[in-house]
Amino acid sequence: MKFIALGHDKTGASVLIALTAVTFIIPFCNLVFPAASPLHFSAYTVSVLGKYLTFALLGLSLDLVWGYCGILALGHGAFFALGGYAMGMYLMRQIGTRGVYGDPLLPDFMVFLNWKELPWYWQGFDQLWFALLMVVLVPGVLAFIFGWLAFRSRVTGVYLSIITQALTYALLLAFFRNEMGFGGNNGLTDFKEILGFNIQSEAVRSGLIMTSGMTLIAAFLLCRWLVNTKLGRVVTAIRDQESRVRFLGYRVEMFKLWIFVFAAMLAGIAGALYVPQAGIINPSEFSPLNSLEIVVWVAMGGRGTLYGAIIGAVLVNFGKTVLTGLLPEIWLFSLGAVFIIVTLLLPDGIVGLLRRRSLEQRA
Amino acid sequence: MKANSLNRYRSLATVLTMVFSLAAYGDEGLSTQQLLLNTLNSLKQGSMPEREQAITQLSEIKHARSLGILQALLDGRLFTLKSDARLVTGTDNNQGYAINDAISGAPLGAIERADVNKINLTNKLRVSLRKIIGRLELNADDPVIRLAAVKAMGSEDDEDALGLLKARAAVEKDETVRKAINVVFLVQEMNSSDKAVRIKAIDALKEQNSLDVVNRLNAMVEKDESGNYLETDADIRNLAKAALIKINTRVQFYSAIETVFFGLSLGAVLVLAAIGLAITFGVMGVINMAHGELMMLGAYTTYVMQQLMPNYLGISVLLSIPAAFVISALAGMAIERGIIRFLYGRPLETLLATFGVSLILQQSVRSIFSPLNRSVATPEWMSGSWQINDFLSLTWNRFYILVFCLLVFMLLLQILKRTRLGLEVRAVAQNRNMAKAMGIPTAKVDAMTFGLGSGVAGMAGVALSQITNVGPNLGQAYIVDSFMVVVFGGVGNLLGTLVAGFSLGMANKFLEPFAGAVLAKILVLVFIILFIQKRPRGLFPQKGRAAD
Repeated sequence: MKFIALGHDKTGASVLIALTAVTFIIPFCNLVFPAASPLHFSAYTVSVLGKYLTFALLGLSLDLVWGYCGILALGHGAFFALGGYAMGMYLMRQIGTRGVYGDPLLPDFMVFLNWKELPWYWQGFDQLWFALLMVVLVPGVLAFIFGWLAFRSRVTGVYLSIITQALTYALLLAFFRNEMGFGGNNGLTDFKEILGFNIQSEAVRSGLIMTSGMTLIAAFLLCRWLVNTKLGRVVTAIRDQESRVRFLGYRVEMFKLWIFVFAAMLAGIAGALYVPQAGIINPSEFSPLNSLEIVVWVAMGGRGTLYGAIIGAVLVNFGKTVLTGLLPEIWLFSLGAVFIIVTLLLPDGIVGLLRRRSLEQRA
Repeated sequence: MKANSLNRYRSLATVLTMVFSLAAYGDEGLSTQQLLLNTLNSLKQGSMPEREQAITQLSEIKHARSLGILQALLDGRLFTLKSDARLVTGTDNNQGYAINDAISGAPLGAIERADVNKINLTNKLRVSLRKIIGRLELNADDPVIRLAAVKAMGSEDDEDALGLLKARAAVEKDETVRKAINVVFLVQEMNSSDKAVRIKAIDALKEQNSLDVVNRLNAMVEKDESGNYLETDADIRNLAKAALIKINTRVQFYSAIETVFFGLSLGAVLVLAAIGLAITFGVMGVINMAHGELMMLGAYTTYVMQQLMPNYLGISVLLSIPAAFVISALAGMAIERGIIRFLYGRPLETLLATFGVSLILQQSVRSIFSPLNRSVATPEWMSGSWQINDFLSLTWNRFYILVFCLLVFMLLLQILKRTRLGLEVRAVAQNRNMAKAMGIPTAKVDAMTFGLGSGVAGMAGVALSQITNVGPNLGQAYIVDSFMVVVFGGVGNLLGTLVAGFSLGMANKFLEPFAGAVLAKILVLVFIILFIQKRPRGLFPQKGRAAD
């Protein structure tokens, strides 16, 4: 259990403790205390916090590729959205005859489009295990194909960033098309049940936030372990001196590929946890802006630290929730300002700032 | 169905003859001006029969304004003022109407919608009015109006119309109009009872590029419900088929030309959007994600210029070009001095910081101008299209943008090749330290280069304002595309950008008929992603040491 030992890293330890607290205390409070009690969280709060946890997982997965491998992926949101769509398809199939048109097999939008039978790629999604398999498999396979092509021909740096952006942009355009069979513009929504339980109920919401929290903790520990293995060391070396690592005889593209695929799968899982809590998945999740926002979470928290991504994701999204509620005009101004300030003044993010503080105190 | 419409025409013809004979009773002693006033008075008050009579009289009066008044009446733009019952023509200006005196044509300013009464028409009146206008147009002074009238009349099998056309052919001096009238008669001859005449007519018509001719020929080779040919004569049928094949080959040729034109014009837009980026990204190696927003600034400059001088649309668009250049260039230089210069050599950080700038610019525009799209008017000389024949018409605004794109490109190339600034820019791009050692003020050159690239983006924005909606998201729509063009063409290579822009535009437009617009775009994107895997440095890679 060496990898849980966080003694030398106070921030990491406190993040882990905070995560555990959120994961268990909030659902506990919600289920034990009655609605009137001050310790009871509203369904809205629970689902917002649950979404933050999935965003944190998404940020974590990007930190793995960007912070540790130096690949600035501007299309990471695509993997999140694909995972989300896989989950959404399962939830759509669960609706059954309760849709507006009451068709036992076809989701509403297909009936609306006058489709007669379920497309082949919708088969199997009535089973949760199959959907969960697809949640990791689809983003993984896409990342594998894309990465295999890109890393093998040594597309690096800015070029890679731009083609990852093109990838998510192409997917955005594709998913907007009704003919794709994923609900077009409106996406997938109006979910009723998950595993036979009402998706709106407090118990399910508590269960979802708990699952998200535990998944995040597990993923955090796994990533932490991963970056300290030999593979992780080589990946970090690639970030710092790619050619030197190649000259030492490592197959750089393979290391990059595996870390990229792994991160894509994590992002897919994050998407799958996000969709039942948000209640909708639509093509806008593929928009290049969303992927850039993920980058800013990681940059703000501090890249290459893993827990920095978690802090950044939660903070930025908290800011987004507060500002879009109070002063919607200010939100984009402040997001833009965060982009500029973080890159100019805080190259190591909040975690870097905290570290510098503690070093100064010690000195 | 066919018989029905024929019947309708016949009854219409009767109505018209009646109307005309009524009109003959008009008083010849009065001057045309007085006559006009009298007629307009009865048009103003009246019951529908009175109105009908007034319309006919108007068409008979050879007054310069009568065609304009009738057209306004048909378009529902003829009003009486509630205040003094004066007759006015109005044009909708979104809030109310801009009105002109109907008789003199003098502008009377703007007015609320509620201050006027519209002169209404029945459907029957509208039909006959359309005919009357056609007649008046046939004898108009402008050959363009006459040509349109001939085409409109030719598509109707109306004895009266044919008679009028015959009369016009005798006095027509304009070559094109005479030819058009000739086509109408040839089309009539195709239905003649004399076989030789028909053969000759079909023979002559297969050289014509007329939609009407195609429709008639198609009707000749069609079968009815029981499978018999509508045209009983097999010779004629075969001739018609041959003629159709001949015309269709030409139509395909024209549609290919049209696709090439659309491809070129889309390419021109892409090149315009990408060429500023080719400088900042290609020459300086700076990723400017706010590039699209600099174009947006240019487009909004056009909007503001039009608001400043609403009466001079054409001039305001021309003036917007330098104005947009200056504004975007200043904004670009501010971005360079304020942010980018601290981040040289860190392309990924530059990307993020400039993305922040783009968000701020977008939101500023949203806060200042509203999140809705603003409408930028197109000056007259840029609107409409160049109708070459029935199968080929090229829109003027796209044509001008193509020309504008080439001009901007040439200008930029000359600046980089022949001016002192260009020399310094190239020197810094090749080897920053060496250039510095030779005494080139690199910081100043950086700012100037960035200003140049941004200014070009602003000019591209002026062009975009003429073909798409001006809104806060204008830039975002083009940013991915323009990066693709630069990367596809090869970074640091202006000519590559040009070639890449035009080929991507063409590819898009040639794929569209088979795949649809969105899928075509996706295919092009996927193609570029794959292409970059094969040739990571684009079509025309930079050679030498600067490449790494």
